[in-house]
Amino acid sequence: MARQNSLAKTSIDVFKKYSPLLILALLWEFCSRTGLVSQYALPPLTDVLASFRWLTTDTAFFTHAGMSLGRAGLGLLLAVTFGIVMGTLMASFRSVDALVGPLVQTLYPMPKSALIPLTIMWFGLGHSSKIFLIFLGCLLPITIATYNGVKGVDRVLMWSGASLGASRLQRIIDISFMAAQPAILAGLRTSLALSFVLLVSSELVMSNEGLGFLIRMLGDGGLYAEMFAVILTVVAMGFVSDRLIQLLTARVLRWRD
Amino acid sequence: MAGLTLPTPLLRMLPIAGVILFWWAMASSGAVRPFLLPSPIVVAERILADVASGTVFVNVGYTLYRALTGFAIAAAIGTTIGLLMVVSRTAKWFFDPIVSVGYPMPKISLLPIFILWFGLDDASKIAMIAAGCIFVITANAYAGASGVERQFVWSAQMLGASRLRVLTDVVLPAATPQILTGYQIAIPVSLIITLVTEMIMGGDGLGGQLLIASRYANSPAVFASIVEIAIAGAIVVNGMRLLRRKLLHWHEENAVSTD
Repeated sequence: MARQNSLAKTSIDVFKKYSPLLILALLWEFCSRTGLVSQYALPPLTDVLASFRWLTTDTAFFTHAGMSLGRAGLGLLLAVTFGIVMGTLMASFRSVDALVGPLVQTLYPMPKSALIPLTIMWFGLGHSSKIFLIFLGCLLPITIATYNGVKGVDRVLMWSGASLGASRLQRIIDISFMAAQPAILAGLRTSLALSFVLLVSSELVMSNEGLGFLIRMLGDGGLYAEMFAVILTVVAMGFVSDRLIQLLTARVLRWRD
Repeated sequence: MAGLTLPTPLLRMLPIAGVILFWWAMASSGAVRPFLLPSPIVVAERILADVASGTVFVNVGYTLYRALTGFAIAAAIGTTIGLLMVVSRTAKWFFDPIVSVGYPMPKISLLPIFILWFGLDDASKIAMIAAGCIFVITANAYAGASGVERQFVWSAQMLGASRLRVLTDVVLPAATPQILTGYQIAIPVSLIITLVTEMIMGGDGLGGQLLIASRYANSPAVFASIVEIAIAGAIVVNGMRLLRRKLLHWHEENAVSTD
């Protein structure tokens, strides 16, 4: 249906939909330009956008951004890999559940940002402490999402598989895992948000590289327009990656009705 | 968390005891330096000392006060906006794009801005916590309220209920499960953010205590803080779950034992 719409009409719809954001942006510019709010506290939006030109002339900006993305991506990848395996095993084997379940349950409510100093103690200020922190933080949400997904699989499907001669492993991979996909992807979305929070937090608290570090440096140096620009970059990254996960979800789940 | 169950409480303690035993064995074997992994006995002594001197209560008090105040502000505003978005088309037009952009963004990156605006005291911490929680609460309140069966609303309208009464007596109760789900997601978020703000800005609290311990390379105190934080987190998260059960005693989710 969307394809039949003319480009003009779609762009008007998009404009209408997002016009509140435009209003906020204009309000921001207005408050700051007229001196209603101090320009120190809120640099005009146009200044913030202009400071991108200055920031992006320096390759350091891209290095920091790349490091942050790499840390978040690697930590999340590790968490997804381990979490899916652990959640599937827990849901499929009672013995694994009895062994790991209580630990997962006990550690789940703990605010993971408490581990920032510990990971730094263990791994230093560099990449590995951040990757490990994100791994630890995202592991349990993915594990639990997978566990609930696999547990919720229709038993009839499993029996059908068994009666058709599928081995236990085949049933786990071909039935449980496939049927648990929506739950796993929902867990992935939660974890993605969490990975950004932990990344930025740990970089703000203690680090020598990354966008969080850059935000802190620019703020300490009183370069507020630049600081706002880097914050906007992080916000945009969070938003875009969340949209990408939603696209991925739609694509992976295409085979379902 | 939901759905993980085991036969008896005693059996569930076994793996936890096993991990502590393994921790103790690792620490006392000398394979790991005590700085990286202090013995659980040393850590327990430190916790007992914190309890005896009362510092743990002061710091837990600060942290929970900040986390819960920020959460309460977010819950009050977020729930109201979420419900408004269902009732008023203008509210939906205005808040929908803001929520859809605000929901996935890493709010904690705004912390330096909040410090700039509200200073280093509690105000900026609480504002940051509220900002971190508000979008998820709004999104869930909206989803819950917009999913209310139209027939309930029509029936109430037909019986002469005003718009406000439809909202408070029909939409709100029907949306409560989903609203509470939003709260249950927001509570751990509020604790995560509280700790980060305390670590960055200081001013007591468990996060401040933890960061000072790590600055002085006092690893038993770091571990003790983490255990204290874990206990405080478990109390708050489980308290929220109990609250849900109490508030939804009329709801079908409590009729059949889900445990």
